[in-house]
Amino acid sequence: MKMRPRSWVALLAGGLLLGTCVGCRPAAEGVCIEGSDTMVNLAQGWAENYHATYPEAMIQISGGGSGVGIASLIDGNCEIASASRKMKDKEKERVREKRHREPMEFIVGYDALAIYVHKNNPLNSISIEELAEIYGQGGKITRWSQLGVDPKPLGNDAIIRVSRQNSSGTYVYFREAVMGKTRDYKLGSIDQNGSVDVVALVANTPSAIGYSGMGYADPGVKMLKVSKHKGGPGIAPTVENAKRREGGYPITRPLLLYTAGEPKDKAKHFLDWILDKPGQKVVVELGYVPVGDHE
Amino acid sequence: MLQVVLDRTEPAVEWLIRLCGWSAILLVFGIFFFVFREALPMLGGKLNLTEFFTSAEWRPTAEPEPHYGILALLLGSLSVTALAMLLAVPLGLGAAVFISEFSSGRVRETLKVLIEFLAAIPSVVWGFVGYMMLGPIIIRLTGAPVGVCLLNGGIILALMSVPIIVSVGEDALRAVPDSYREAALSMGAGRWEIVYRVLFPAAKNGLLAAVLLGVGRAIGETMAVLMATGHAVQIPHSLLDPIRTLTATIAAELGEAVQGEPHYRVLFVIGLVVFVLTFIVNLTADLVVKGIRNERAA
Repeated sequence: MKMRPRSWVALLAGGLLLGTCVGCRPAAEGVCIEGSDTMVNLAQGWAENYHATYPEAMIQISGGGSGVGIASLIDGNCEIASASRKMKDKEKERVREKRHREPMEFIVGYDALAIYVHKNNPLNSISIEELAEIYGQGGKITRWSQLGVDPKPLGNDAIIRVSRQNSSGTYVYFREAVMGKTRDYKLGSIDQNGSVDVVALVANTPSAIGYSGMGYADPGVKMLKVSKHKGGPGIAPTVENAKRREGGYPITRPLLLYTAGEPKDKAKHFLDWILDKPGQKVVVELGYVPVGDHE
Repeated sequence: MLQVVLDRTEPAVEWLIRLCGWSAILLVFGIFFFVFREALPMLGGKLNLTEFFTSAEWRPTAEPEPHYGILALLLGSLSVTALAMLLAVPLGLGAAVFISEFSSGRVRETLKVLIEFLAAIPSVVWGFVGYMMLGPIIIRLTGAPVGVCLLNGGIILALMSVPIIVSVGEDALRAVPDSYREAALSMGAGRWEIVYRVLFPAAKNGLLAAVLLGVGRAIGETMAVLMATGHAVQIPHSLLDPIRTLTATIAAELGEAVQGEPHYRVLFVIGLVVFVLTFIVNLTADLVVKGIRNERAA
């Protein structure tokens, strides 16, 4: 007899738990974006603004990396994958195999990948060719003096290469944009796990060089101007320069969203909104380049 | 009434406790099975094991031909653990001896609380200390080009293992009966003489367990070494070279490796390697302790 009230409480608690669990399945209710760590802030910004306009809409955001988002898209766990690199052919094939639909790509903005050095580094400009010799396998540049830099303020002549972990979209993009499709990175670079970490390490290490989105600059570092060829005009990583396709900043990459097949219903509405003015306003506010402006 | 309830619940409680005991075994086997199952498709000849263990080329996402060589990562793990133990064992055992034999009252209590506090610092905070504080100090003192390196990781890992070595070591020393100390004193032994002639031999097992637990802590640590060692794929030639460990590689890459792809599976093979390494450490500890016990029994 004494057990009665307790079992009622248990039942009630169980019911409540069950209730909340049914309510917490956003994938069934709303739209989910998963993928690129570079784009998490952006996706968050979209979700908040979209929700402000359409309070009934549920947008779920998660990071993990471009590869993770694409894997989720392949498995059908998430309808939209965000990526800071293009989908590989192999991945596209797997979407077709498993989802029986054609993967669709949407360019939703652009990001300039800035080259960072320590604030005391006298260097102001660098060429893509020099970057390839610094980062690429078999590259001959290992010392600052080879770039005509006086190593005295750096305390050390050796160039410390800061890179990203090998599965990040940024890593893959930088390899293709700087070294080309067939050349790989030199081993022995210091591989950081996030865009912020790259900049923080460069700020702490006078003889370091690193690459990361231009939005991550802080007072301890300096962004270099980049030219296509040695001796060519150096172009600063700014939103204006990233916008221009002709003679613009050379390491600018598209920010992408992928769906399996034409987006439908809620996902379509959300994607249209992202590509429209209010969504693109968020892109600008977060320091990226909107789509329409990229001429 | 209460007696009835107790009588009824006792078998249930007994089962529950039994289940708790079994769960440890089940979990160990479950984890091993899971890691093995994920790694298996690569082990059947797909992964060149000679290259895997003898090549320093870790290029899992290279196009068109990826390379899976873990020599640099293996040496990174071993070197940073060795360095950490070189620093932590004297420091930890020294501190254990001081706390147990040379301090009393308030000093001992304060020290114990502080050391326990040291053990409570999360590993990501240790990593942060290595990254933001120790790194610049190393650059300033040694003139090294970069502060995140083998030395940095070794120091951080040593500091993380010291609390374990101290608390287990101190327990071992306290467990030596006072009669041993009194006997030694009555024979005219000095305090230090008591420590290394009487206490160390008497507490050998416990002290060894302390050291091996420290090794286990160091070799399995992930987050702090990921941040403090520089995470660079290269065979270290000096204390100031950035290195990369097996655990940090798994942590950094698993999240973005595509499930079921070779890269993902090779990371699980690395998991197996780490598993085997820690297993060897534990087995050695067991055998050594057992050997000492048998020696004593004989």
